[in-house]
Amino acid sequence: MDWTAFRLSLWLAAWTLAVLLPLGIVAARWLATTRSRARPWLEALTALPLVLPPTVVGFYLLVAFGARSPLGDAFARAFGAPLAFSFAGLVVASVIVNVPFAVQPLQRAFAAIPAEVREAAQCCGLSRWQAFVRIELPLAWPGVLSAAVLTFAHTLGEFGVVLMVGGSIPGETRTIAIAIYDRVQAFDTGGAGTMALLLVAVSFATVAVAFGLSDRWLARATR
Amino acid sequence: MTLDLAIRHPVPPLDVDVALPAGEIVAIVGPSGSGKTSLLRAIAGLVVPHEGRIALDGHAWLDTARGIRTPTRARPIGYVSQHYGLFPHLSAIANVAMSLMHLPAGARLERSRACLAQAHVAGLDDRLPRALSGGQQQRVAMARALAREPRLLLLDEPFSSVDRSTRKRLYVELKRLHDELRFTVLLVTHDLDEAAMLATHLCLIQRGRIVQHGRTADVLTRPRSVAAARLLDLPNLFDGVIDERSGTPTLRWGPHRLEIARAERASEPRSTAWTILPTRVLLHRVDRPSRGEHENAVACRVVDMVVLGDDVGVRLAPDGLPETRLHVKLSVHVAERNFLSPGRDVTVSLLRDAIVLLDA
Repeated sequence: MDWTAFRLSLWLAAWTLAVLLPLGIVAARWLATTRSRARPWLEALTALPLVLPPTVVGFYLLVAFGARSPLGDAFARAFGAPLAFSFAGLVVASVIVNVPFAVQPLQRAFAAIPAEVREAAQCCGLSRWQAFVRIELPLAWPGVLSAAVLTFAHTLGEFGVVLMVGGSIPGETRTIAIAIYDRVQAFDTGGAGTMALLLVAVSFATVAVAFGLSDRWLARATR
Repeated sequence: MTLDLAIRHPVPPLDVDVALPAGEIVAIVGPSGSGKTSLLRAIAGLVVPHEGRIALDGHAWLDTARGIRTPTRARPIGYVSQHYGLFPHLSAIANVAMSLMHLPAGARLERSRACLAQAHVAGLDDRLPRALSGGQQQRVAMARALAREPRLLLLDEPFSSVDRSTRKRLYVELKRLHDELRFTVLLVTHDLDEAAMLATHLCLIQRGRIVQHGRTADVLTRPRSVAAARLLDLPNLFDGVIDERSGTPTLRWGPHRLEIARAERASEPRSTAWTILPTRVLLHRVDRPSRGEHENAVACRVVDMVVLGDDVGVRLAPDGLPETRLHVKLSVHVAERNFLSPGRDVTVSLLRDAIVLLDA
C-alpha cells in the first residue's frame, strides 16, 4: 500500500478543488446569464476535455509546460523549477481536465434560477455581491456540491493526463491511480488490489455524502 | 408632481412620451404583447432603453442625453412581478428583510415583521414561499416591495394568479395601503374592470405606444380614437357622416340623422367613426314616456339577449341597418318591465352627449 501516493492524490484533489471551484463558479455564472454570441463556442471549449482522449490533452499540456514554451519558461524563471513533471504542473493539468466536471453542473444550477428572482434581488436594492452571496449561491448550492464532488472524485481517479504531464515521480507526481498501474506492471496484484479497493471506498463515500447533503437540502427546500 | 416618461426602444418596441400624475394609482392597460411589462421593466431599469428620460418629480433616473443611468438597485422603487419573484430559499420574513439590507440586523427584523403585519401576513414569518398560498405570496411580495418605502410601486399583473375572492380582498388592501402611504402606483393589467376599480388614471397602450391616457372615468367613457375604443372593448363601433352645414351638427347613420354635441366648422360632410357605450343607450319605456326620448330616437328590433348576472346584454338591429348590431346593457328588471324578447320592436335614444366621435 503506497500511502504517499494516496496522500498525494488527496492533496491534488484538494488543490484542484480550491483553484477550480471559485473560477468555475465565476465562469458558470457568466455562461448561464450571458447573451454573448461567443457562448456556444466557450461552452464547447469547456466541454472539450470531456470528449478528447487524455493522451491528447496530456500531450498539449506537456508541450505548453515544457521549458521551450512561454508558459513553461515563465514558470521556470519565476519558481526556479519546471512546470512539467512537478506537482504544480499536475495541479494546473488537473484543473484544466476537470473544467467540464465543475462548470457544467454549476452552469445548470445558475441557469435554473428564474430571471424574476434575479431581478427581484436588484429591485430589493441588493448590490451585485449581496445578490450573489445571499440569493444566487444558496440557490445554486446543489450545483456547487455536484461540481465539488465530481471534481474531487474525478481527480482521485484521473490517470492518462497525470501520467503524460507528471510521469510517476514518487512523492511528487505519483498519484494513487499511477501507483496502482505501477503495481500491476510489477505483477504485484495484491498491492494493486488493496489500493484499488481504497480508491473505490473513498470515491463511494464521497459521492454518498454528497447525495446525502443534497437530499437534506432538497428536504429543507421543499419543507 | 409627475412621473415623466420618454422612452424609445426598438425590441421590445416602446415609443412612449407621457407625464403621469404622481401619488395616484395609474393603470396601464393593453393586450398581451402591447409593451405594458416592457414599460414597467424600463422604469425599473431592468431594460435599458436606447433613448429616453425617466424622472419622478423632476429627479431623473435615466437621461440618455445627459448620460444619467441610475441602476435598478438605487431607484426608489418597489416591484411586484407577475409571479412575485420571491426568494424560494428564504422564509417570508427573510424575503422582506432582503430589501432592508441598509438597516442594522435588529431593526431589519423588526421592520420586516411590521411590514408583514401591515400586509396582513403576520404569523407566517418563518414559512418558505412554497408553503404559502397564492394570496399570501402576493402579500409577502407586496410587503417586500413596500418595506423600502418606495416612491414608486410597480405592479405587473399582481392579481392574475390568485382566485377571485382573494383578488377582491387584495384590491381593498392595495387601496388601503395607498391611502395610508400615498406612493405612486403603476399597475399593469389587461383587466379593464380591475383598472376601473383601482386606478384614478388610465393609460391605454398598444404596440409600445400610448393610445390614450387621462382620468379613468374620462378614458372609459370618452375614447378618442378607434384604437382606444377597441382597447376598451367597446362593441358599438360604427361609421357615420358628420354634416355641420345646416348649423346644428348632425351625424348621418344609415337613414338616421343624429344630433351631436361637437361642432367643428367643416364645409363638407366627412365620414367618421363613432361609438356609444352600451350602458348609455336609453331604452324608451313601454308604459310611460322616458326622459330624453325625443332626442335621437331610433327604432330597432331585438335580435337576441344574454343575461350576465344582474345585467342583460341586448343586441338590437336598427331600422334601415339590418346588418348592424347596437349593443345595449340594461338591468334585468328594466328588460323584464319592458317585456324585451327577441323579435320585439323597441325604440331607443342615442343621446347627443353619449355619442362619442372617434379619430381614425
